[in-house]
Amino acid sequence: MKQLKLLTKNSKSEKVSVWGRSSVKAWSSIADLSYVGTKGAVFGLAVTAGLMMTGCESEPQGISPQQFTDALHKVMESDRAVYTKQVVNRLAKEEKVIKASEHFMDEKALPLPAQMFRFGAEMVAGKTDDFSYSLQSLWPINKQNAPVTEVEKTGLKFIADNPGQNYYSEEELGGQKYFTAVYPDIAVAPVCASCHNEHKDTPRTDFKIGDVMGGVVIRVPVGS
Amino acid sequence: MKWLSWGLISILLGVFWGWSLFTKEQNARYLIGETTDGHHQIELACESCHLEPFGGAELIQEACTNCHGAELARADDSHPKSKFTDPRNAARIEVLDARYCVTCHIEHRNEETHEMGVTLPEDFCFYCHEDIGEDRPTHKNVPFSDCLTSGCHNYHDNRALYEDFLVKHADQAAIGLDPHQPMRNLLEQVVAEKGAVRPLTLNEADKPQTLHVGSEVMDDWLQTSHAAAGVNCSGCHQSSGSTWVDKPGLESCQSCHQQEAETFLQGKHGMRLAGSGDLPLSPMTPAMGRLPFKTDALETELTCTTCHGAHRFDTWKAAVESCLGCHNDEHSRNYPDSPHATLRELEHQGLADPGTGVSCATCHMPRLESAGLGGEAIQVMHNQNDNLRPNEKMIRSVCMDCHGFPFSLDALADPELIRNNFKGQPAAHVESIDWATGRREE
Repeated sequence: MKQLKLLTKNSKSEKVSVWGRSSVKAWSSIADLSYVGTKGAVFGLAVTAGLMMTGCESEPQGISPQQFTDALHKVMESDRAVYTKQVVNRLAKEEKVIKASEHFMDEKALPLPAQMFRFGAEMVAGKTDDFSYSLQSLWPINKQNAPVTEVEKTGLKFIADNPGQNYYSEEELGGQKYFTAVYPDIAVAPVCASCHNEHKDTPRTDFKIGDVMGGVVIRVPVGS
Repeated sequence: MKWLSWGLISILLGVFWGWSLFTKEQNARYLIGETTDGHHQIELACESCHLEPFGGAELIQEACTNCHGAELARADDSHPKSKFTDPRNAARIEVLDARYCVTCHIEHRNEETHEMGVTLPEDFCFYCHEDIGEDRPTHKNVPFSDCLTSGCHNYHDNRALYEDFLVKHADQAAIGLDPHQPMRNLLEQVVAEKGAVRPLTLNEADKPQTLHVGSEVMDDWLQTSHAAAGVNCSGCHQSSGSTWVDKPGLESCQSCHQQEAETFLQGKHGMRLAGSGDLPLSPMTPAMGRLPFKTDALETELTCTTCHGAHRFDTWKAAVESCLGCHNDEHSRNYPDSPHATLRELEHQGLADPGTGVSCATCHMPRLESAGLGGEAIQVMHNQNDNLRPNEKMIRSVCMDCHGFPFSLDALADPELIRNNFKGQPAAHVESIDWATGRREE
């Protein structure tokens, strides 16, 4: 396989600080993603993307930040759906053999799908600065998960108003420029809508399956 | 001549400060301010916190987490560093950099140190939770300086303070149905690990034949769990090899009592012995401490046998009498007249069930569940500071073994009740349970 270069979103020839790192580092960054069962999937997606690009063009090519975040999101979205449907919805809602609770340690219960997602994000944050991600909503149960930056606010509104579309932008935070992608987070199981509608702190009570309930925000640092 | 004099003075000053820097006993000249109650014991072991010269914020942070990281993880820290490293919090970090402990907890400023043992900005909650009044009408007129002092919140450890916990335990009575502390089970652990153990007899003692010891020593040993569990003289006196050691120390004890030794070294009693071998400090003594201590105990050096006594290893004595041998503050002095002490006396006389008495150690060195040798172990936490401040940390690990939650929360918020060692009913009332249950009824 040809050696891949990682390129900025806007310029395929210009090496920049973060994305100009060696491909070995880039692969290790991808492999750092510790979300359950993700390593192989991300690697496969990224290799496929890389092979496609190197197959079409003669010059060594790479994957753009958007391809990178799209691939990451596919893994996150899939694992999140599997946990929500096959674990929480099945065991807590349908078979009623165990509860899912925010206080899962005290209650000896399943972590909520949003917690499962956050714990993975926090574990990744402890391993790499090459990307970060979080789950946010315009209707958050925990107010700390409301959008904070302008891109988050615009992005979450965009994905809510335009079902099926993602939102991509760039922003500067703390002196660092980021490529920021916002993906819709959809109610994939009845338990998503019912728990949020019934929670004492919810600002919205009319969610139904298939609704956009929030968004996954993925950030990648890019050169200025 | 003038230049020569200046040169000579400069060299002498250089030598003096260099000597001060590299000679442990002289390091105090470099202290930039009085250290906190929790660190003054090791203030001359500079490298405990300053891992390397000019190490910067990251290395200081590493030093903090080296000692306190596991404790915070166990407490399910409500505000871990990982909550603040996300770039979306960049604007918040500019105001309050919560990624680093030293942002709030500054060392060498004892004059600014909060009663909880650390420096603390009074109203830091404001920076992220400014609009809390919009979601919680009860909080509208509460000043941000009250969040932590009211008994309602803790920045790190909210295991006994989170809203659902308040609601779940809101109706508990002052005293539970079966009040007792858990029983220790080290012997069961050893049996589970190694199979049955055979108690030793006097004739089986394997001390060197040339060594003459009094019958009192042998009697003490025979009465201990050591003899009952098959731990012979050599188990302690020759634990590290073939050489007989007359007075075995911590190294010998910790070869079996690993958890106890580890937590002893984390607390104020043992932390001076936890440093690196390059800069060994002498054991802690009451004379070095900052609390009121008995004058005849000031020079007592604190090791395992100081409290437990060699050969007898009397845990009953270690749980109260050893403490009161040194500690002389009002709370300690009022213990013998307290209801807790009465319960202990009843247990001692066989008039109450084992575990129903309450000693100093019951609360300050509680018996906690942990992973032991052969499964679940109940072991004594020897870091007496682990649940001490803020005292809400004691509620779940100790108080609720016997008491209901609302009573415990109020009792620990009443300084007078703590001073007289819980003789009476709480005069304080923490409103958080009322607010939480009120919100459920809306």
